[in-house]
Amino acid sequence: MSATTYAWLALLMPLVGTVGLAVGFKLWPGKTAGYIATVAILLSFLAGIGALIQLEHHPANHRELVSSLWNYAVTAGVDARLSILVDPLSVFMVLVVSGVSTLIHLYSIPYMESDRGFVRYFSYLNYFVFSMLLLVLAGNFLFLIVGWAFVGAASYLLISFWYRRRTATKAGIEAFVLNVFGDVGLVLGTFFIFRHTHTLEFLPVFHAAPHLFAKGSADITAGCILLLLGAFAKSAQIPLHTWLPNAMEGPTPVSALIHAATMVTAGVYLIARMHPLFELAPAAQDVGAVVGALTLFVAGTIGLAQTDIKRIVAYSTMSQIGYMIMGVSIGAYAAGLFHLMTHAFFKALLFMAAGSLIGAMAGEQSLDRMGGFRRALPFTYATFLIGGLALAAVPPFSGFFSKDEILLAAAERGGWHWALYAVGYIGALLTSLYTFRLIFRAFHGEPVKEARELEAGHLPHAEVPRNPATGEVEDTDVGFPGPAHAIAERSWEMKVAMGILAVGAVGAGFLQIPRTDHVIENFLAPTFVGAAGYHLREGTAKLALGLSLSTVISLAGIGLAYLLWRSRPALLAAIKARAGWLQALLENRWYFDLALYRGLVEPAAALGQAARQGFERYVIEGAFVGGAQLAAAAGSALVRALQSGLLRAYAALLTVGAAGVALYFLVRA
Amino acid sequence: MPVTIGAYLAVSAIVFALGVAGVIAKRNPLVVLLCLELMLNGANLALIAFSRMWGNGDGQIFALVVMAIAACEVAIGLGLIVAIYRRQLPIDVDRLKELKG
Repeated sequence: MSATTYAWLALLMPLVGTVGLAVGFKLWPGKTAGYIATVAILLSFLAGIGALIQLEHHPANHRELVSSLWNYAVTAGVDARLSILVDPLSVFMVLVVSGVSTLIHLYSIPYMESDRGFVRYFSYLNYFVFSMLLLVLAGNFLFLIVGWAFVGAASYLLISFWYRRRTATKAGIEAFVLNVFGDVGLVLGTFFIFRHTHTLEFLPVFHAAPHLFAKGSADITAGCILLLLGAFAKSAQIPLHTWLPNAMEGPTPVSALIHAATMVTAGVYLIARMHPLFELAPAAQDVGAVVGALTLFVAGTIGLAQTDIKRIVAYSTMSQIGYMIMGVSIGAYAAGLFHLMTHAFFKALLFMAAGSLIGAMAGEQSLDRMGGFRRALPFTYATFLIGGLALAAVPPFSGFFSKDEILLAAAERGGWHWALYAVGYIGALLTSLYTFRLIFRAFHGEPVKEARELEAGHLPHAEVPRNPATGEVEDTDVGFPGPAHAIAERSWEMKVAMGILAVGAVGAGFLQIPRTDHVIENFLAPTFVGAAGYHLREGTAKLALGLSLSTVISLAGIGLAYLLWRSRPALLAAIKARAGWLQALLENRWYFDLALYRGLVEPAAALGQAARQGFERYVIEGAFVGGAQLAAAAGSALVRALQSGLLRAYAALLTVGAAGVALYFLVRA
Repeated sequence: MPVTIGAYLAVSAIVFALGVAGVIAKRNPLVVLLCLELMLNGANLALIAFSRMWGNGDGQIFALVVMAIAACEVAIGLGLIVAIYRRQLPIDVDRLKELKG
């Protein structure tokens, strides 16, 4: 079977899964739905491996395969085909997405076991994987936009999964609206480019682009910046980032999958895929790099002040994606995508471990209430630590190599990119700091009541189920979230999933060691033929500086976290007292949420209200509807006057009419 | 002086017009029916006159048909009036206006 057939199979499996689960909604007993969904994605992953093997059989310069299922609308002006592009980049993404998804599906089975929406959950999750694979395999702009919109829909469905919670539905709507903002950018950007290329297919566009656009011309820059808008919305970069922390309202495996490993990386994929266009618009590349750097810094600082553990990890995701966006924007495609892969592993692992911790806390997510879970949750602690070390980029964990790769690329490009280098390392320090703040506060110190209960062998239960975000009491008569909470120590599925991810978090780094092996770079090379500086090799001095600085900073971050949150908490209190304004800034998330709310949501709501009270009431209901009503009433009153019921009047009318007709014909003749 | 077709048609028209006037102006349904008969007979006159003019029997046959129809119609009309009388409703077309819209 050819690579493209495998790719179609990889797309088909999750689709079959989602439709099968949805249609047979009431049929699936117990946990069957979960296993069916997991197997579907596993088959998809295996198909991805098949595609990989088949692709490697092709000679290096023939690894961009297009397969079109049928022509949707091919006319003079537009060519819309159902086509996929199988090349190293898409196969890479397929493998990452389906691989991590399989493990998350497996993890979800015990996690969502007692939830009444079990089948619905797996149907949605499969739908998401299908959409994401569609996005990465798309061979033309149209398919990409379709996949983009589908993942947005899947994200909405999964964020507001526990739809009886007000906070969840609000978060879902917020995510959807902000993503639509980005969709507008994506579609407009496509349009700007399509105007000149007259084709929607990727390969013809990329081959024709250097001839159609002058480097740095307004059209291509505008198109690329609009595409970037789409990327920023989907990848939660400033200023379209406020939806991501609120998206933590969804179940933890959803946060792991969508908001850590896959959907939020769609923006990174977009920039990498569109690299021929971005190479022609250096201004757009600079915008991407600056926004990425800004986000990684701001998100890092916010992570220091959050108390909800899922939100800490969410801001961490935002920050890491800032690194990736920065990487692909400056042209370090292999580095950015390598970080995407390693981040998928360790971030999904972190979320899974956080889910286990939340289970042990019986649904409570606040860091203020946690402490000393080290002995109660040994496996969770170990995996959390592995994920945390990888995130903090401590050697030899994977995060070290991938993050370093990006920063080395920035250093190598020189000039103003040294600013990005500096911000990157500040961000690394912050990452280390907030990660180990979380670990030290949750796992070290005095065990809280729940931890002691667990050490005694009894899984704690909340007497009154509460919404973890607002603390309000909620009714669980509806059946979800389920009353039982799962922890990793008690379910083999969670252990297997987390174990495999831990191995990835540790070992994936060795795929791309500077000066030694460049597996990812060589694999992705056929896609990035012609990309300036793709094979840029860093100078020895910069390499030494980078590696040592990275190690020092990450260890310093861990040390500082230990100092502030374990050994000298008085110091932390003193800092908070001195810099109260900083605390306020961070707790209010740099006021972005407030700004967006005041700047966009409130005016829009006010406009809507004004339109309703003013325009709609007087013009539409008054003039149009009322006017039509009056006209109809007047007309019918007129006609009603004729219906007097008087026989003589009817007879008279008849006579006059007949005489009129007769006269007419007489006069005519 | 020979009697032209015009004279016959004039008589027919006068009879018809009298009938129309009666239908519109009278309130008693029996009188309205009578005037309706006048209208029909006026038309019959015209038909016969034309038949005499052309010398064939077409008009006469049609006149016979008209008479038959007039008879049926009167039967129905009289039946209606008898029904109205039986229900003790006013025998006045101006007062019978339940069809007023």
